[in-house]
Amino acid sequence: MDTKGILIAGVGGQGILLASDILCRVMMAADLDVKKSEVHGMAQRGGCVTSHVRYGQKVYSPIARKNDVDILVSFEKMDTLRYLYFLKPEGTIIINTEELYPPAVNLGDAVYPEDIIESVRQLFGIVKVVDATGLAVRAGNIRAVNTVLLGTLSSCLPLPLEIWETVLKNTFLPKLLEANLKAFQLGRAV
Amino acid sequence: MKELLSGNEAIARGAYECGVRFAAGYPGTPSTEIMEAFATYEGVYAEWAPNEKVAMEVGIGAALAGARVMVVMKHVGVNVAADPLFTVSYTGINGALVVVSADDPSLHSSQNEQDNRNYAKFMKIPMLEPSDSQEAKEFIKIAFEISERFDTPVFLRSTTRVSHSKSVVTLEAPKTMEDRTAIRCNAEKYVMVPMNARKRRVEVEKRMRLLEAFAENFPENRMEINDPEVGIITAGMSYHYAKDVFPDYSYVKLGMVHPLPVGLIREFASRVRKLYALEELDPFIEEQVRALGIEVTGKAIFPYTNEFNPGIVEQAIIGHDKILRTLPERQLPLRPPNLCPGCPHRGLFYVLGRLKVFISGDIGCYTLSFMKPLDALHSCICMGASIGMAHGMSKALGEKGRGKVVGVIGDSTFLHSGMTPLLNMAYNHSDALIVICDNLTTAMTGMQEHPATGFTLQGEKTMGVDLAKLVRALGIKSVRLVDPYDLKKTRTVLKEELAKPGPSVVISRRACVLFKREKLSPGKPLRVDPEKCTGCRLCLGLGCPPIAWKKLVGPSGDQKKKGEKQQGIAVIDLNICSGCGLCRQLCKSDAIVEQI
Ligand SMILES: Cc1ncc(C[n+]2csc(CCOP(=O)(O)OP(=O)(O)O)c2C)c(N)n1
Repeated sequence: MDTKGILIAGVGGQGILLASDILCRVMMAADLDVKKSEVHGMAQRGGCVTSHVRYGQKVYSPIARKNDVDILVSFEKMDTLRYLYFLKPEGTIIINTEELYPPAVNLGDAVYPEDIIESVRQLFGIVKVVDATGLAVRAGNIRAVNTVLLGTLSSCLPLPLEIWETVLKNTFLPKLLEANLKAFQLGRAV
Repeated sequence: MKELLSGNEAIARGAYECGVRFAAGYPGTPSTEIMEAFATYEGVYAEWAPNEKVAMEVGIGAALAGARVMVVMKHVGVNVAADPLFTVSYTGINGALVVVSADDPSLHSSQNEQDNRNYAKFMKIPMLEPSDSQEAKEFIKIAFEISERFDTPVFLRSTTRVSHSKSVVTLEAPKTMEDRTAIRCNAEKYVMVPMNARKRRVEVEKRMRLLEAFAENFPENRMEINDPEVGIITAGMSYHYAKDVFPDYSYVKLGMVHPLPVGLIREFASRVRKLYALEELDPFIEEQVRALGIEVTGKAIFPYTNEFNPGIVEQAIIGHDKILRTLPERQLPLRPPNLCPGCPHRGLFYVLGRLKVFISGDIGCYTLSFMKPLDALHSCICMGASIGMAHGMSKALGEKGRGKVVGVIGDSTFLHSGMTPLLNMAYNHSDALIVICDNLTTAMTGMQEHPATGFTLQGEKTMGVDLAKLVRALGIKSVRLVDPYDLKKTRTVLKEELAKPGPSVVISRRACVLFKREKLSPGKPLRVDPEKCTGCRLCLGLGCPPIAWKKLVGPSGDQKKKGEKQQGIAVIDLNICSGCGLCRQLCKSDAIVEQI
């Protein structure tokens, strides 16, 4: 099996690092080699956060090159556009519909683009649009946005559901588990 | 057992597994998690020192007593610790001493991009460089073995990509080492006066020759002969980037980057047709290979600046750089990092920025105040520099600078390297004003303890130095305390202190909003009363993330009856508003009110 790549992207505070940790544990449980890479530090103060996850029989680089990522999971609508160049032409995109305005938009100095999903759809075959915040609220925890999106991601990967559930059970405290399992299922059903 | 570990966690784990029970350091991205992870292991002693030089000296002392010691810092920390390090290279270390330097190619969170491999050469200290978490764990162990065997400090160099990537690591049972600490005096070896140091200087060169021989047979300096057309000499993460794109080329993968295995490199060069030196930042390997009279390509095609990635390596070697499918280029609004909602630095810097003074800055979260709209920080060189620079500038300006120069420095940074320059200000009749931005923690790197917080790295309760008393003891007579959530009072105090002749210090104190121990929720989220908002945009000058500008639509505004001229209103995102109330203090029309 060749090395495959998933890129999770969004904004500091959205739970991206936890999501990619969970994804890595799933890969490990499936007996695959896995590496992930992200940059901490300044980026956490409301800046962009990306996490590359690469898996396969033997993984060298933890980050992908251009046209090399199989699935892009974008936690923020506009930020999808920043990372399209990483995707393979036949790649899959999962987009959260949440809009988080950067300072320039807040100050009225820039506009938030409107045609994001349509233009991405014109280029890429598989685009899954998820109202992750809405589904997280339905699952009972607004912070479970990342778990919703992992659920959607899981539906694009050929891995048994039990592995995901076991990892989720080992990750979340009992009081948070129920909402997160629900969030995962709702995301998976998208 | 297998576990997913970051490079930093793996370094801590490796040290623990090989019996290290003593570590000292000062936080700094990307190194911080090494100490934090190590401190949690059973039976270890780990401390945050006030700065890297102190950490190094603590480490040297412990090593001289016979302990195996790890000292941890980011790349620029080695600059601070360089003085003792250069000379401990002469004395040797009795126990074992490994210095972890975490470099930051691409300056993800640093003020420069220095390549600390140069220190290894400059200081004549061997350096290992792991390329992933498994190697990080193994190499720290080997570093301790080398340190013991050759009586030398050893560098372990990481980079952000290695420190902050996670990969699968096989854990082993920790070894317990017999206690070898004891008081042993050996003045000839450890008192570095010229007559002793001259002798040790010779020993350093002998040691280097032994290490050069060691490097030749070191199994982690590995030759992989595949396609003889192309050979790449590389180390660290660059090896994985290259293997990812060119799995069939031939490689020398260096586990030790100083000293280099010259014989191995010569042999490799003779077995491949085209030779590359692949390394981020400086041509450290390349220049040494060329000095052997071997033809090698490096910085002619690989960039000097920034970290690499597989794409850069591919592009440089075979010139392949097409994006196969994307949207036409368009300018997306950027997402620069910003001070958090409710950050205590915001109020202080809002006021400072409007005083028409030069603000000599330092490093910490507050450095972000240089950005618009706060626009309130005018220089930043290195930790602790703000105070000396403010003094120097004020002296150079003389009368012109009176009341016009302010130095700002965080609490952790002040204790790191702000005390001596402040003493200097008192000593040399300075006229500048220094503001200590005291948020009760080391926020930038993730809430580490320091000597004023009252806790140690391992969570023990301890003294917390009283900053006001400390500043007075350094000779500063005028010391004031303000709450940066109170804009008016802050402005008044700053103006008064600027007007006074002689040096003054203002301590601006308020806990970081992310600081859990202080459990401060500043207030309830606020909202804008659209009836009262006049659209003056004053509150937007705070650059506070929840405050946004909403254009009014329709000629007279569909949402409300507004004067024809009013362009829009402010809105506050209640989900992220901390309720600190700064915007409320600024609003001239009382339009910012509590949520109903
Ligand atoms: C020599 C050196 N060591 C460490 C760092 C990393 N670093 C940058 S700022 C900082 C401390 C910030 O704490 P503080 O001064 O209290 O300001 P805050 O972030 O809390 O506002 C650290 C550890 C550095 N840049 N240089």
